[in-house]
Amino acid sequence: MPLTDSLRDDILASVPSLRAFAISLSGNSDRADDLVQETLLRALANIDSFQPGSNLPAWLFTILRNLFRSDYRKRRREVEDAEGNYAKTLKTHPSQGAHLEFEEFRAALDKLPQDQREALILVGASGFSYEDAAAICGCAVGTIKSRVNRARSKLAALLYVEGAEDFGPDETVRAVIGGSGG
Amino acid sequence: MKLQGLNSRGNVEKVMKDVKSQASKNAAPRKPGGLNAEIQSRIGHQLRAMYDDVVRQGVPDRFADLIRKLDVSGEQPHVEHSGGSNDQNNGRD
Repeated sequence: MPLTDSLRDDILASVPSLRAFAISLSGNSDRADDLVQETLLRALANIDSFQPGSNLPAWLFTILRNLFRSDYRKRRREVEDAEGNYAKTLKTHPSQGAHLEFEEFRAALDKLPQDQREALILVGASGFSYEDAAAICGCAVGTIKSRVNRARSKLAALLYVEGAEDFGPDETVRAVIGGSGG
Repeated sequence: MKLQGLNSRGNVEKVMKDVKSQASKNAAPRKPGGLNAEIQSRIGHQLRAMYDDVVRQGVPDRFADLIRKLDVSGEQPHVEHSGGSNDQNNGRD
């Protein structure tokens, strides 16, 4: 359909959740905003292929997700480097309390396989149904369900393993960052 | 550089702290694969706290400008990405 005022407003209204999705996926706010910009440009360039009345957020999320995945392959090396630096940063500041908890959660999320992370975010944070999430990821509903379950199990294992609180921060960080090869 | 934009948000940090301390009390940790409902709900809470924190930041000017400009010009946007870095500065006054 053509880019009407109301469609434009709807696209704009989706920007905050697109950014949240992009940051959750990439762990990097600069890169996330580049992803969102690219997503908007693609969406506007291909607006004719959007079906009126269909799910606009799901359509936009699909574009962003696909962009991220093609980008991800290119940038994988860079991300691994960043993780190395990240671990170092955490070890230098072991006593930042809640801030560290947030970083730990973020780091654990980054440890998930890509398929599981995106499924968990779409269902658990973006609030998409399993059906919409499956459409966005181009897979079966049952596959999404199992990815979400595995993501939750893995996060639980990374974050809440027995005695994690008794380890020094270094040990905790190591458990989170260095866990499985993945 | 990771998530500089999020780090200063006390709300998330408070939630994280709360979540972590609660969860470690309630964890059934011996089975990494079998998690109880309590941990599941804590993880969901953490995930949404992280996500909603970004949602609450609203629409940065950068994107509002981009969409407004495209609307005014009526042109199809040029999708080619010129390189790795940020702005081509093509939408700014």
